[in-house]
Amino acid sequence: MQALYAQLLVGLINGSFYALLSLGLAVIFGMLNIINFAHGALYMMGAFVAYFLLNLGGINYWWALIIAPVVVGIFGMILERTMLQWLAGLDHLYGLLLTFGIALIVQGVFQNYFGSSGLPYSIPDQLKGGVNLGFMFLPVYRGWVVVFSLVVCLATWFLIEKTQLGAYLRAATENPTLVRAFGINVPRMITLTYGLGVGLAALAGVLSAPINQVRPLMGADLIIVVFAVVVIGGMGSIMGSIITGFALGVIEGLTKYFYPEASNTVVFVLMVVVLLVKPTGLTGRAA
Amino acid sequence: MSALTDDTLPITPRAMRDEMIVFAAMALLLAVVPFTGIYPFFVMQALCFALLACAFNLLIGYGGLLSFGHAMFLGTAGYVSAHALKVWGLPPELGIVVGTAAAALLGLVTGYISIKRQGIYFSMITLALSQLLYFLYLQAPFTHGEDGIQGIPQGHLFGIFDLSKPLVLYYVVLVGFLGGFLLIYRTINSPFGEVLKSIRENEPRAISLGYKTDQYKLLAFILSGTLAGFAGSLKVFVAQNASLTDVHWSMSGEIVLMTLVGGLGTIFGPVVGAFVIIAMQQYLAGFGQWVTVIQGVIFVSCVLLFRRGLVGELAHLLRRSL
Repeated sequence: MQALYAQLLVGLINGSFYALLSLGLAVIFGMLNIINFAHGALYMMGAFVAYFLLNLGGINYWWALIIAPVVVGIFGMILERTMLQWLAGLDHLYGLLLTFGIALIVQGVFQNYFGSSGLPYSIPDQLKGGVNLGFMFLPVYRGWVVVFSLVVCLATWFLIEKTQLGAYLRAATENPTLVRAFGINVPRMITLTYGLGVGLAALAGVLSAPINQVRPLMGADLIIVVFAVVVIGGMGSIMGSIITGFALGVIEGLTKYFYPEASNTVVFVLMVVVLLVKPTGLTGRAA
Repeated sequence: MSALTDDTLPITPRAMRDEMIVFAAMALLLAVVPFTGIYPFFVMQALCFALLACAFNLLIGYGGLLSFGHAMFLGTAGYVSAHALKVWGLPPELGIVVGTAAAALLGLVTGYISIKRQGIYFSMITLALSQLLYFLYLQAPFTHGEDGIQGIPQGHLFGIFDLSKPLVLYYVVLVGFLGGFLLIYRTINSPFGEVLKSIRENEPRAISLGYKTDQYKLLAFILSGTLAGFAGSLKVFVAQNASLTDVHWSMSGEIVLMTLVGGLGTIFGPVVGAFVIIAMQQYLAGFGQWVTVIQGVIFVSCVLLFRRGLVGELAHLLRRSL
């Protein structure tokens, strides 16, 4: 049973990353109509910024949680201003191709300087150790990741679904021209939205740094699983991304316990099954 | 949403004549390669990728479907052909047939699943499916995991042509490429191709005209996958191995890049693009990982600056169909 709980916990942690990443993708897709292929690379940048902060500036994990998303978010906003905005109105496949190119550049540069092997990032002192829950031993950091990302996900959901700013955002997604007529600066909102989505990816990167090693390709393989998560969830709603992300993480964890051979493929197999039954995805609108 | 290729010229006798002239020139150029001192292995490899890119282009350039998982056809056909040749001991022609048939079957299954969604969702599904296959091939015993299938016997094609001779192999690959190319050319200029283009331009309208667009898209997907698989089977004879790199999703990215550089939806673009990218990899190999960065820069500049690609820009400049 210990092993089952351990795998469930791993599943929940992976689910946290899936949820944070697919949430960012959903936010960006809503406003920019772009599937951000660079999302994995920006997630990786988040982890690297945390690594640099600690090793070059002696700045600890807690500051990195704030600084890394901001730094990567600003980088993202520059990308949006210099490149992505020129794709407005074009077939959205060009957005996919452009962000794929950006991902290759970012990952290639990091690979050149840091090779392909991982760099260690230690768990902050306050989160070291573990708690005995009676039925299992819970490492504190892992519990923290699950709780913290759940809070961030719900906060993002609240921001978009329940606040004035979120209302503008959703309105601009539906009808940018009309929203602009009300005196709202839509291009700036698009830029900020991209920054927000990218910041979420970077935040996930910082969270994962102490668990997985910091490596240039850490986002490259993850992003394809996240795409499958997005297809399964359908990206129809913010809440849909969050629930699907966590649920698939858990299913993956269970598979690892009961039938480890299929653990790499279970998400893709699920995707196929869901598509056959419900082509729009679980919470999806027609694309 | 604007179309991928906004200035496709109508098929006029002049356009057909232009294309025929360019085709003849291309065939002639490729036929004299062995007598020029150019490394034939490089050209053979480029020809396989050119056919692969042409097959991919049939789908995106004429059907508007961006498959981000075309490496799965290359890899599957490669593995099946390699296994058939080495373990079953089939002759080369049957090895190619079996590999290509496997790709066709894969095209049927994956096409049926992926065409249920459109646009970027379609792309993401093809990508995820190819990654699923990647993991299957990583674990399946017959692919030998990380090692791949090595030392594949080349044999005698139809019992006559000795494929271990570079010159013979070169012309076999060339004939295979030209045959595949002509089939694609014929397809896009057929009524089927016209319907495909109309789906690319305006799918709801095509549906309202009574076309079962899903069937057309599925057929195009299978055809594209089959031809991509044929390229993969040919490549086995050139490389004499089948490995995981051919199925990895970064290979799918390279196929997209080749087509984009040459020009999406142009007839000769994918060929030019494949040669440019393969040559680049050959000559920039010393730069290590910078090659990835350079490829990324090419991707970005293609999308931002010359969206029509090399051949597309040239055709636009000359106002000709190429």
